[in-house]
Amino acid sequence: MRAALAILRKDLRIEWRTKESLSSLIVLGVLLLVALAVAYDPTPETAPTLAPAVLWATFVFTGLLGIQRGFLVERENDCLAGLLGAPIDPAAIFAGKLAANLVLLAAMQAIVVPLVGLFLHVDLAASVGGLLVVLLLGNLGFAALATLFAAIAVRTRAREVLLPVLLLPLLVPLLIGAVKATEHVMTGGLAGARDALGVLVAFDVIFTVAGWLLFTYVVRD
Amino acid sequence: MRRLEPLLAPAVFVAMVAALWLIFMVVPTERQMGIVQRIFYFHVASAWLAYLGFFTVAGASAVYLWKGSAAADRAAIAGAEIGVLFCTFVVVTGPIWARPIWGVWWTWDPRLTMTLILWAIYAGYLMLRAFGGDDEAVARYAAVLGIVGVLDIPVIRVSVRLLHGIHPNVLNQPQGSGLADPKMRLALYVASIAMLLLGGWLAMVRMRQERLASELAALRRLAEERA
Repeated sequence: MRAALAILRKDLRIEWRTKESLSSLIVLGVLLLVALAVAYDPTPETAPTLAPAVLWATFVFTGLLGIQRGFLVERENDCLAGLLGAPIDPAAIFAGKLAANLVLLAAMQAIVVPLVGLFLHVDLAASVGGLLVVLLLGNLGFAALATLFAAIAVRTRAREVLLPVLLLPLLVPLLIGAVKATEHVMTGGLAGARDALGVLVAFDVIFTVAGWLLFTYVVRD
Repeated sequence: MRRLEPLLAPAVFVAMVAALWLIFMVVPTERQMGIVQRIFYFHVASAWLAYLGFFTVAGASAVYLWKGSAAADRAAIAGAEIGVLFCTFVVVTGPIWARPIWGVWWTWDPRLTMTLILWAIYAGYLMLRAFGGDDEAVARYAAVLGIVGVLDIPVIRVSVRLLHGIHPNVLNQPQGSGLADPKMRLALYVASIAMLLLGGWLAMVRMRQERLASELAALRRLAEERA
């Protein structure tokens, strides 16, 4: 637990000093959002119906890059070897990295979500509570699986392509659940989103536990 | 196991011919869909084999991570290849059947979506094997993916129910629909046995080839040391 917190502190400090990942994630997120909105060419009436899909497509692609960066940074100066050589449980490395990635995703969304509301005419104030629940659940499952596979992908030869190729199909149930839940939250409330939230919770539990248990086999040499 | 392999090839041949004979000569034509429905027997049998392949990957991967046995790793490779191959049969025969019945080649129905996602997961697995690099670390990464992939199956199953569906559920329908004629059921079972034998035979050949490849690599290393 203390080791995980130390890794979280280290990653956040790096990010705070360089602001590299977060600034590029936010810019990329906004650009993707603009590109998707322009491609759909919505009228003021259809715009809000696009919001859930645009929101999550943006998060998936920016999140992929951001989480991969978190491990690429460790490759420079062989930091990963140092991290693995430290007398700590590999599961603690997973937990620390996962926590750092969750903070990164939340910070990016704090900018991108209001912009989606602005560009696609969604009244976010009405659904902010439900939206926060969906975002938290979606982020946890996404970050858990992405952290596990980013650790795999950075250590393979074809790393840039391999991460999305492995991760995107595995993420489809999360994507379906998150988009449907967001749809319900934006139009009605949390009550209608029960089935979709169930999918998200199941995904979160299964892959946080699986990542926690399997990470050892990924980093062991 | 090794003695079984030469017997499997003729068994596959006999079972395939029997399945084709049942499908095209014996089974009556389905009342509503007509002749195209005959693709159903290989379509469903392939789907079963694909799942068998994917679960083999997960089981073999777990054994590999636990015991580190090279045989388990070879079984995982063979399972993934068989799974992807038969899953390809499913997604190819499906649209051929769907086009005259539904009027479109593809719809984002729960089952179709699920099959396509599973295909993509294990095609990714084969890409990881092919382009990951060639040390034993890749075998471990692949084992992790093999286990995660199967853990994803129930979640995918529940999540796709949130989509709109039209795919028929032939086997679990009430009396009077589905497989009306008992010969249809027989044809399905024989087709499944034929596919199972084919898959088993291909897996055995593949595992033998992997074993020989690693033996060859070991001999080559030995020869280089001696030289």
